[in-house]
Amino acid sequence: MKKSHLENCGNWFLDRFPLTKLWNDHMAQYYAPKNFNFWYFFGSLALLVLVNQLVTGILLTMNYKPDAGLAFDSVEYIMREVPWGWLVRYMHSTGASAFFLVVYLHMFRGLIYGSFKQPRELIWIFGMLLFVALMAEAFMGYLLPWGQMSYWGAQVIISLFSAIPVIGDDLSLWVRGDYVISDATLNRFFAFHVISIPLILIMLVFLHIVALHEVGSNNPDGIEIKASKDPWGHPVDGIPFHPYYTVKDIVGVSIFIFFFATVLFYMPEMGGYFLEHANFIPADPLATPEHIAPVWYFTPFYAILRAIPDKFAGVIAMGGAIVVLFLLPWLDRSPVKSIRYRGGIYKKAILMFVISFLGLGYLGMQAPTAGATIMARIFTAMYFGFFLLMPIYTRWEKTKPVPKQLTDQPTIEDRIPGWKATFCEMIKEVPVQKDGETVMRKRPDTSGIINVLIRTAKNIKASLD
Amino acid sequence: MSNQGVDRSKRQFLTTALTVVGAVGTGYIAVPFLSQMQPSTKAKAAGAPVEIDISKMETGQLIRAAWRGKPVWVLNRTPAVLEILAKETDKLADPLSLESNQPKSSNNEFRSIKPEIFVAVGLCTHLGCSPTFRPEIAPNDLGEDWKGGFFCPCHGSGFDLAGRVFRGVPAPTNLDVPPHRYLSETRIIIGDESGADA
Repeated sequence: MKKSHLENCGNWFLDRFPLTKLWNDHMAQYYAPKNFNFWYFFGSLALLVLVNQLVTGILLTMNYKPDAGLAFDSVEYIMREVPWGWLVRYMHSTGASAFFLVVYLHMFRGLIYGSFKQPRELIWIFGMLLFVALMAEAFMGYLLPWGQMSYWGAQVIISLFSAIPVIGDDLSLWVRGDYVISDATLNRFFAFHVISIPLILIMLVFLHIVALHEVGSNNPDGIEIKASKDPWGHPVDGIPFHPYYTVKDIVGVSIFIFFFATVLFYMPEMGGYFLEHANFIPADPLATPEHIAPVWYFTPFYAILRAIPDKFAGVIAMGGAIVVLFLLPWLDRSPVKSIRYRGGIYKKAILMFVISFLGLGYLGMQAPTAGATIMARIFTAMYFGFFLLMPIYTRWEKTKPVPKQLTDQPTIEDRIPGWKATFCEMIKEVPVQKDGETVMRKRPDTSGIINVLIRTAKNIKASLD
Repeated sequence: MSNQGVDRSKRQFLTTALTVVGAVGTGYIAVPFLSQMQPSTKAKAAGAPVEIDISKMETGQLIRAAWRGKPVWVLNRTPAVLEILAKETDKLADPLSLESNQPKSSNNEFRSIKPEIFVAVGLCTHLGCSPTFRPEIAPNDLGEDWKGGFFCPCHGSGFDLAGRVFRGVPAPTNLDVPPHRYLSETRIIIGDESGADA
């Protein structure tokens, strides 16, 4: 049969570029465990948000002016006069918060299912580097609107460098390019924000995924699917990433876009948490706003900085809070990966960690009162305790037997009858007088609700053992 | 054509030599690249001295000026304030300003050339926020022990009205006093070190 021109063209290309091989290795024949749950959406969502930031970011640079005299007004110009400029700008600012939300959940997934453990340490390290690069990207981007929060936030963070002994002052001078935050600082942050860091981010994403596809994905059971293979050499518990997970991820993407659009169109400033109120006032180098706090995604680390009553120690603690995350694969001595089969002590430790992280995040937004400082110190101790005591308590841990193959978890459909029964337990039929007739109406049943609550509490307690 | 075997030591020498030359070259090019980010000549030149007229200041008043892009405060302190400053030194981290930055002319009890006129750089020595001026005594939010001073809203550092830092706060040293001198009874020049012992 004679080949068509299109086919000939395609073959010419494929003879010169390994497209088929790449597609198969990373999509059509990349075997992923078949039991991914919703936690596994956040990796692909992070990629989606990255694309959102790149596209909207490029559009924003077309009207933004990286100049201390023009920057603030150029952002307002984008918001008010550029066609659809408000949408692009809000997509970018909401995208920044969404990025951190997705990445924090993605990291937490790794924490509970042991995705950082052998043989995936390097994936975790690349991921942590991504997190650090993302923080740098977000921090530099926040200076660009040149509002009050931009200015004083940058002032505080760059001053962190000056806490380093001997070279500190020269280093912060070098970073600023001036004796104070000024046009020079704004201009270089623009360069870093739109060129250097995005390039680094893309490179790290590439390394993160290449390393992942070399060792294969972890899963909620935390067992290696490559250990049991079928006669064709494919993991018994694996399914090709495409089409199974590409299609599944579309569901995750749809749900994500639903929430993202809700924020984007109805609460783009999120009550001052995504875009802070003080940032709608142009930068004033002579007056710090009454209440200054970083954007929500930095507040846990900011609270740690503030909790320590010494400048250098505070900076060390804040940096240390991130450095310990890098060391996680070597701090955790437990042979078991997934939380499903780990001992109660680790579950309780993770619970304490979550409480301390959220607590620090809340305190970082509040004014530094004496009571808040004491709470921040307690949470800081808990945060570091989780990591630094890990080599000890994970050795004591009594783990449960790990299955050889992936287990079946009840699906939502399986659970619906149970939920229905619980709901029926919490209500009772009560006779009600209506238009002179007695009719039966459903009303909450106190004793039923108490029973359900007690049972739930017992279940929660049991799940922590 | 030669049939000689591979001279490994020669190859090793060439590899090492090339590596060294490459490293030196990288080092040379790094200097202009990194120095490029230092403050420009223009930024360095912008630190010109600033004159402040204090003839219209009332007692207790604080005025702000910009010097090198930084806020500079001039505070006219009342005799009552000076009395408190002389007495209340037990909660201070560095009451004698041994660790702090000030020109010699201001290295004294009230950290100023004239006791009542206090000049300071209005940036917290912790992370560079500009503290708020809180001269009132025992306000609700700062507690009963507050005798008037400067409070940094960023990280909660407190300073008294001589810019001396309290103990147990993140700020390591007292507020900086910039080099300054009096041109006349009512004119101060900030940033001019000539005449003043900085």
